[in-house]
Amino acid sequence: MTQSNLKNIALTVNGKEYTASVEPRMLLSDVLRDELGLTGTHVGCEHGICGACTVIMDGRPVRSCLVYGVQADQAKVQTVEGLADPDGGLHPLQEAFWEKHGLQCGFCTPGMLMSACHFLEQNPNPNREEIREGISGNLCRCTGYQNIVDAVELAAELLSKNKKCDDESSDLQVVQTGRKVNV
Amino acid sequence: MTIGTSVKRIEDPRLITGKGQYVGDIKLHDQCEAVIVRSPHAHANILRIDTEKAKQLPEVLMVMTGWDLPKDLSPIPMRLAPNEALTKALQFPLAKDKVRYVGEPVVLIVATSRYTAEDAADLIDVTYESLAPITDVHTAIQSDTSVLHPEIGSNDLFLIHSKKGSVNEELKKCPYVIEEDLYVQRHSGIPLETRGLLAVVQEDKRLTVYGPTKVVHFNHQILARLLKIDSQNIRFIETDVGGGFGPRGEFYPEDYLIPYAALRLGRPVKWVEDRLEHMVATNHSREQKHHVVVGFDESGRIHALRDEIFVDTGAYIRTHGITVPVLTQGMFPGPYDFHALEFITHVVATNKTPTGTYRGPGRFEGTFVRERIIDIIAKKLNLDPTVVRERNLIKPEQMPYTNGISALGQVVEYDSGDYPQILDIARNAMEWNQFAERKALAAAEGKIIGLGFAMFVEKSGLGPWEFCEVEILEKGDLTCKTGLADVGQGVKTALAQICSDQLGIPYSKVTVIHGDTDVVEKGNGSFATRGTVVGGSAAWYASEALKKKLLLVAAELLHLPAEELDIKNQLIIHITNQQCLCQLEDIITECRKRGIELREKYTFSIDHMSYPYGIHAAEVAIDSETGKIKIEKYYIAYDIGKAINPLLVHGQLVGGMAQGLGGALFEELRYDDNGQLITGSFMDYLIPSSMEMPEVEIEILENSPSPLNPLGVKGAGEGGTVAVAPAIANAIINALDKYPIEITSLPIRPEVIRDAIKKGPVTNEEE
Repeated sequence: MTQSNLKNIALTVNGKEYTASVEPRMLLSDVLRDELGLTGTHVGCEHGICGACTVIMDGRPVRSCLVYGVQADQAKVQTVEGLADPDGGLHPLQEAFWEKHGLQCGFCTPGMLMSACHFLEQNPNPNREEIREGISGNLCRCTGYQNIVDAVELAAELLSKNKKCDDESSDLQVVQTGRKVNV
Repeated sequence: MTIGTSVKRIEDPRLITGKGQYVGDIKLHDQCEAVIVRSPHAHANILRIDTEKAKQLPEVLMVMTGWDLPKDLSPIPMRLAPNEALTKALQFPLAKDKVRYVGEPVVLIVATSRYTAEDAADLIDVTYESLAPITDVHTAIQSDTSVLHPEIGSNDLFLIHSKKGSVNEELKKCPYVIEEDLYVQRHSGIPLETRGLLAVVQEDKRLTVYGPTKVVHFNHQILARLLKIDSQNIRFIETDVGGGFGPRGEFYPEDYLIPYAALRLGRPVKWVEDRLEHMVATNHSREQKHHVVVGFDESGRIHALRDEIFVDTGAYIRTHGITVPVLTQGMFPGPYDFHALEFITHVVATNKTPTGTYRGPGRFEGTFVRERIIDIIAKKLNLDPTVVRERNLIKPEQMPYTNGISALGQVVEYDSGDYPQILDIARNAMEWNQFAERKALAAAEGKIIGLGFAMFVEKSGLGPWEFCEVEILEKGDLTCKTGLADVGQGVKTALAQICSDQLGIPYSKVTVIHGDTDVVEKGNGSFATRGTVVGGSAAWYASEALKKKLLLVAAELLHLPAEELDIKNQLIIHITNQQCLCQLEDIITECRKRGIELREKYTFSIDHMSYPYGIHAAEVAIDSETGKIKIEKYYIAYDIGKAINPLLVHGQLVGGMAQGLGGALFEELRYDDNGQLITGSFMDYLIPSSMEMPEVEIEILENSPSPLNPLGVKGAGEGGTVAVAPAIANAIINALDKYPIEITSLPIRPEVIRDAIKKGPVTNEEE
């Protein structure tokens, strides 16, 4: 691909600003993984079904295999790498997945965590049926989901007790306000 | 004590923070990427391959056809259950003259990026002459059908015939004889991470391959043989792995092609399979047709059973050889005491993706057939199906029990078990005795409900051996090197618990190292529910030897006999009074002072497998309008001898059940008459989501520890999967006992149920 076909993009990922020169056809999942080195986001099907590549873009969960990198120009993206505190303190969802054995091979986990994170923002106090629906766009081949439902249930409890997540996850709060338009 | 406790996994902190390193996550300097052009035809001659345009594309580094591979290259050999007669049906890494399934590798392309490599793939022009595809086992073995492997001479590649007693004689004595045809559809493990490899030639000319798993050391030797280089010059490194389930980690064409390309190019070559490719390239499994003849008496006691089985093995014999057909026979009898048995299995070649194992290989298929037959017999005799089971079960006093059939080179001998007890436990848990009443009440409200059971025996702990090396480091940390592989099952945590128990240290102080052929000297890998049983036993004994070493020094220092000492909570204690005598760390320091090496190796060998057993039960409600099945309650009781970590066992069983549910109701690798896979994406190959999966109630039992290993463990990897289909099918038939339906084929489609309900209840006259 010649240089002239490359497009410059700038995006904020987990609160940090990045620029990249990418082909217009390059998927956001590939931009994140190959250009920015953020390999926590996994690619499981590349046709938008499995949900492993789910990231939060401008406040909404998206399948990063169905979004082109150029579409994420000026966007705010949050990936699994941005869930924990910079000092290493786990997000309540991460704590809960660990506690409840909500993962086995861990490949679907980043996408599952991002979907669950957005879901709990929309519905901080869900019942099990609602949790099942909330994560139904993410396939897991190992766990049979039961422990994931347990984990999201526990995370909801942890989050309601502990306002820390709301206070500090400024990324998530900011991206809720919507995508900035580049003038 | 950490054995038996549900501690959190040591694997998880990396994986939940995005710090896992799967093979696709590794990026090396100067790395390029490979793409494989695959056959779009099920059966065709290759007339011409034009690679010129692709080669001229900038940044394309290599375009290779089968003719570019070494002339003396051998095909990929069988790993398990090898058989000389089948070597003529093995697969070469790239097709030359002929393709035999959609997805067969034809051309390898390497370019600076995946995007460019795919552009080049579009420019490859292959001229095919299509041939009549064979998509069905019965067509395949007709005399006028073309033969896929002429050197074998028939598509009926191999016959396996096993007998116990005389079925013909017993059948003559039986007042009832029935025949049934049953079918288990093609489906497979479909891990969420597709396969991938990264091969690089290091400065010292050694080849390093990232991405092998499951049987790392075995595949290491295979690659050395195929490349004709000394295995000392190859290093395999296992990365994180996104699910195994049987298909992943076998030696595939790409496992040769990618290292070969790296050697030829002198640059790192990466290949990551895409999902659509995975569906046609990675092993399929399960597809079998069974024709059963069974004789029984009025009490439901089964006296004789003959099963003629047609296994659709696909276009080539892959690494599993005849593992699945052999296990189907050996494990078919399950928990029952049959007087006479006969199995005739045809291993048949067709123009479909080659096959291998998938979680519970042979047992998922055989358990479906057997447990359906039991319910069909019960219905015929108007008996309670759980009573028919009870009357045929092997009694505890018959243990150890040989079922008369061989599998994987050994006669199947169940080591221990109380099968009637586990049936009772399940009947009570599901309130079976009150169910008829509940069903009638539901019917009065217009609801159709049913309850079904399915029993099974699993196998685990396949030998011949496993290796472990433990070493105490500074500060009392322990490294445990194992020959097992980590495919997500929690093997690191289980081994850490075992070592921790022996050595009286926290399990979090144990680092488990696996899958690096430069670091772990040998291993047989993780498959066949062997990890905890065989690898765990090796870790147990290696740690025990290390403990003995420590206690000898402690005994000398403390002037006490070593046999009176133990290690608990990092303290040396006196066994009789449990009094703390000194710190473990002091003994470690003393050993270092004396130059005692705190390192032990152990190879645990075992000739016989262990046999965990259990029961599945499903209560279903059926939507009479749509035929949709709702699982109201699902229950599994599984006696695994001993659970090292009940939380992980629970996870294995629920996760296994999800895969069994997929096989029962949703998943099918379906081909059309042209040999095209028509369920080749996640749009139409339906993996259960959180909406389809019910809550599963699990009962882990430890009533029958295995006498064959020091831990008493029997393994837990596959029992969640194998009995789902018959439990659900039996529940549906129980629910629809007044309707004209029999379930003998998988997956169970709602339209079949709906049609039966629309036809209306069968009156007694019609029967």
